[in-house]
Amino acid sequence: MKKWLEPLADAWEGARTHKLRSSLTMLGIVIGVAAVIALMSIGRGVQAGILSNIESLGSNLITVSPAMSYERGGVMGAGSVATLTLEDAAAISEQVSHVSAVAPYSSSNQQLVYGSENVNAQVIGVTPEYQAAYNLETAEGAFISEYNYESGAKVAVIGASVAEELFSGVDPVGQKMRMGTSIITVMGVLESKGSSMMGSTDDAVLIPLSTLQQTISQQRTSTGEHIVSSIAITVSEQGQADYVVGEVTDLLRSRHRLSSGEDDDFSISSMEELVSTITEISGALTLFLGAIAAISLLVGGIGVMNIMLVSVVERTREIGIRKALGARERDIWSQFLTESALLSFTGGLIGVAVGWGASKLISGMGIMGEMTTLVSADIVILALAVSVGIGLLFGFLPARRAAQLNPIEALRYE
Amino acid sequence: MIRLRDIAKVYPMGNRELEVLRGVNLYVKQGEMVAIMGPSGSGKTTMLNLIGCLDVPTRGSYYLETREVSCLSRGELAQVRAKKIGFIFQSYNLLPQLSALANVELGMKYAGGIDSEKAMAALARVGLSDRANHKPSELSGGEQQRVSIARALVKNPPLILADEPTGNLDSHTSEEIMAILTTLHNEQNNTLVMITHEADIARYCQHIIHFKDGRIEREETL
Repeated sequence: MKKWLEPLADAWEGARTHKLRSSLTMLGIVIGVAAVIALMSIGRGVQAGILSNIESLGSNLITVSPAMSYERGGVMGAGSVATLTLEDAAAISEQVSHVSAVAPYSSSNQQLVYGSENVNAQVIGVTPEYQAAYNLETAEGAFISEYNYESGAKVAVIGASVAEELFSGVDPVGQKMRMGTSIITVMGVLESKGSSMMGSTDDAVLIPLSTLQQTISQQRTSTGEHIVSSIAITVSEQGQADYVVGEVTDLLRSRHRLSSGEDDDFSISSMEELVSTITEISGALTLFLGAIAAISLLVGGIGVMNIMLVSVVERTREIGIRKALGARERDIWSQFLTESALLSFTGGLIGVAVGWGASKLISGMGIMGEMTTLVSADIVILALAVSVGIGLLFGFLPARRAAQLNPIEALRYE
Repeated sequence: MIRLRDIAKVYPMGNRELEVLRGVNLYVKQGEMVAIMGPSGSGKTTMLNLIGCLDVPTRGSYYLETREVSCLSRGELAQVRAKKIGFIFQSYNLLPQLSALANVELGMKYAGGIDSEKAMAALARVGLSDRANHKPSELSGGEQQRVSIARALVKNPPLILADEPTGNLDSHTSEEIMAILTTLHNEQNNTLVMITHEADIARYCQHIIHFKDGRIEREETL
């Protein structure tokens, strides 16, 4: 047998001889590790779920909106002064690289009427690029085309909730509804995206921006440019968001003729910022769940110490024999430490299996809604390392007690 | 081989002190077979524990071979036990969870490493090669004592110590055990010190020491 394997084989032998005691020792660790794995997998799952939700909105999205204006020391709120224009959007599209879609839009709340039904919805005037910018899919019909936009067609693509409320039982595509004095034809229904913290397109009605400007409001700046409420920009490559934000800032500042001392009259928020905020929050949640589980692991560790202490007493005579045969203190020490580390490592392995099973079960039962649990390798490795560490830490005292036994008294022990 | 000079051992007993050994002087030659006899409580076992480096004397000096061991640290004493001394106990003291072979291997574990072939050879010399894989609970008392002899002898130590090796055995088995001990002692030419109550057993030895009240009462050399 190889020399370094000997202590492991001894420890295995010792654990195998006392099956019940060893399994009870491991039980605490099994439960602790299983709890860590299961709870952390829930935390990680929630995190991944939220992030993928954002991803579906477009994680490479940058939104430009008018700056908050300050008047007499009071904040008037975002968008209170209209500064962005259709022409700004065109300039961004032409002059900034790493940009795949530039979608200027304006919105307004309008009463929509169909037959006897009526609904108050957010009507957003959009360009065809809006579809790409917000990852929208139509469940029925088609999205607003370049031709619809150019011609200022009186057509609309409606959100799933609007479709349900206004056209219950009727196929909305092709139906005509009234908006103010205009008659709008429904040309498509958006796929439901569910609710998210960013608001939902389920409750929105999209019409060509040109149509919105003609039928509802036609605002122009003093220089004759067409005002829009916001501009959505998608970055073509991951990681270019900062560059694009910088370029857009420079471009808009020069177009708006702001001197270097003046504040921006617009504000830019990128989805990447939001993602990192959410990652932080859900990371804290995961850590919190992990900390609760770690307490049970600690209790398991104390269980290991308890049973190892009993084991030392029970094996007093064996220790005496080994010492008579020439075992030094560190031989006995390493024997008991190896044994407790082996026990808790084995417990950790079983705990990983149990925790993984539990996390699959939790996913399967659908408690978490659309989200699923996520067991990640780093947590598994961490849990195993911690369980070995616990074995060594809580095996320390019993091992020391064993090593310091007086051989004569130990041999006399019945 | 063994030289004891004015050895005393005192145990604290509450606030009094119990003087178990009161000035023992002894010289044992290399290759001798020595029996220690005496009534219980006369200090025989304490004596053997001191000779076996399991304990240190309160007073006096102990030379094993040429080295003074009465002043060594616990770690050094463990090394001396591992390399120089083989123990045989009255109650065998085999580890119940290990096979006979593994018990013999345990005798080598702390003395430089396990050599299964040597352990097997040691079992063969006590006539137990066919029972190598049996647990102690599956062996008779005589067989268990033979395993423990094999364990003591497998590392070929210069000194063998036996505390009433036949104390738990019937007279027939006792004679078998003594025959094995004597044969192996003659082969390996080590020094053997044993405690016994029985004069029959002591007769196997050339040197008999009678203990009384913590002192050597008299010595016989045959």
